[in-house]
Amino acid sequence: MIGSDENEPNAAGVTRRHALECMIWAGTGVLWTVSGGVPRSTLLIGEAAAAEASQGGLSFLQLSDSHVGFDKPANPNALGTLKEAIGLVNALPKKPAFMIHTGDISHLSKAGQFDDADQVIGGAKLNVHYVPGEHDMIDEGNGKLYLDRYGKGTKGAGWYSFDAEGVHFIGLVNVVDLKAGGMGNLGADQLAWLAEDLKGRTASTPIVVFAHIPLWALYPTWGWGTQDAEQVLALLRPFGSVTVLNGHIHQLVQKVEGNVTFHTARSTAFPQPAPGAAASPGPMMVAADKLRSMLGVTQVAINQGSEPLAIVDRSLAGA
Amino acid sequence: MKPFRMNGGPIGGRMIGLGAALGLTLLAGLGPVRVEAADSPTIKIENFSFVPDDLTVPVGTTVTWENGDDIPHSVVLSDKSFRSKPLDTHDKATFTFTKPGEMQYFCGLHPHMKGKITVVP
Repeated sequence: MIGSDENEPNAAGVTRRHALECMIWAGTGVLWTVSGGVPRSTLLIGEAAAAEASQGGLSFLQLSDSHVGFDKPANPNALGTLKEAIGLVNALPKKPAFMIHTGDISHLSKAGQFDDADQVIGGAKLNVHYVPGEHDMIDEGNGKLYLDRYGKGTKGAGWYSFDAEGVHFIGLVNVVDLKAGGMGNLGADQLAWLAEDLKGRTASTPIVVFAHIPLWALYPTWGWGTQDAEQVLALLRPFGSVTVLNGHIHQLVQKVEGNVTFHTARSTAFPQPAPGAAASPGPMMVAADKLRSMLGVTQVAINQGSEPLAIVDRSLAGA
Repeated sequence: MKPFRMNGGPIGGRMIGLGAALGLTLLAGLGPVRVEAADSPTIKIENFSFVPDDLTVPVGTTVTWENGDDIPHSVVLSDKSFRSKPLDTHDKATFTFTKPGEMQYFCGLHPHMKGKITVVP
């Protein structure tokens, strides 16, 4: 697990996060396998192990925080690094079944930014299931542009569920109707819909929940959490295998709580500081030759006939 | 004594002039800031904070918010009477306070960012 409490340097002055970054930079990845709710982490060496992780069952890919339109010093060409991410997807030894995008497709909800994102992401020739980030809902219509484009067949502000290969996927929206002083927010309507959506499903159904802002209180000081997420977790408690995939914080963080594995993906645009490691969560400047080691995509594999679910993070640096 | 006044000077409005006669300056964020009728105060948004985050103005004052971050922010009054467009870097929003009272506001994208304007008759 990588948690905010593990950022303290050890006696040698090396944080676990830093060590992990170095390993990723060196061309390795991290494989998370969940078996019976207990995760094991393994360092991946090269494509062979990655291919092994995605053999057999369902494999899908997570993109997050593309921020198309962002052009500030932390990454003057966010569209370019999104293209690199799609190149990485196209180079995978086994094509994923589909992609999910966990929000902040655009930087400023502009039609041209959505157009550019669609054109580049379309290059993967995969079906994409989107949920919005707060940057996608700030057009004059408060989300109309996003919903017209990505919201067909969804409820409310864009939430929905679907099934693939026996896995139940739930896309939640926690970036609208935000309350002063609060964090991410789902709201009563969405929670009622979720309760109904889960009703009657067997506890052995693997569940994958995806939403933009983390669904646990990762770092409330920076608003990194969802204030009514506890009600979601209560609804998911009966299920044996639950994976929660989020974005928003532009870095890898993983936490396991009982039967639930939480995982945040890297951005394809720019990194953000570790919780509390800077004055604010704004874009983090890193040396140009290090940027791509801090951007990337996440691949998830679910092997049929058993429960293991493998999460492989790939950086744009080639890991 | 000359009342506090807002000074949006060359260092980006971070310093609040207490009046040239006194020759003193205060850092914003140390407490409530009060402006006089003729002023048009600017609240800077920097490091995901409103600076100052507690401002007292007379009725009729037009307040400007200016975003100094590399990430867009917005200004939403808690009573929803005003919601700014998203403010990209260096963008500004203004609102004229015409009624006395205490008004809380927050960032519509990052609601943990909060501020308060007290409007006095």
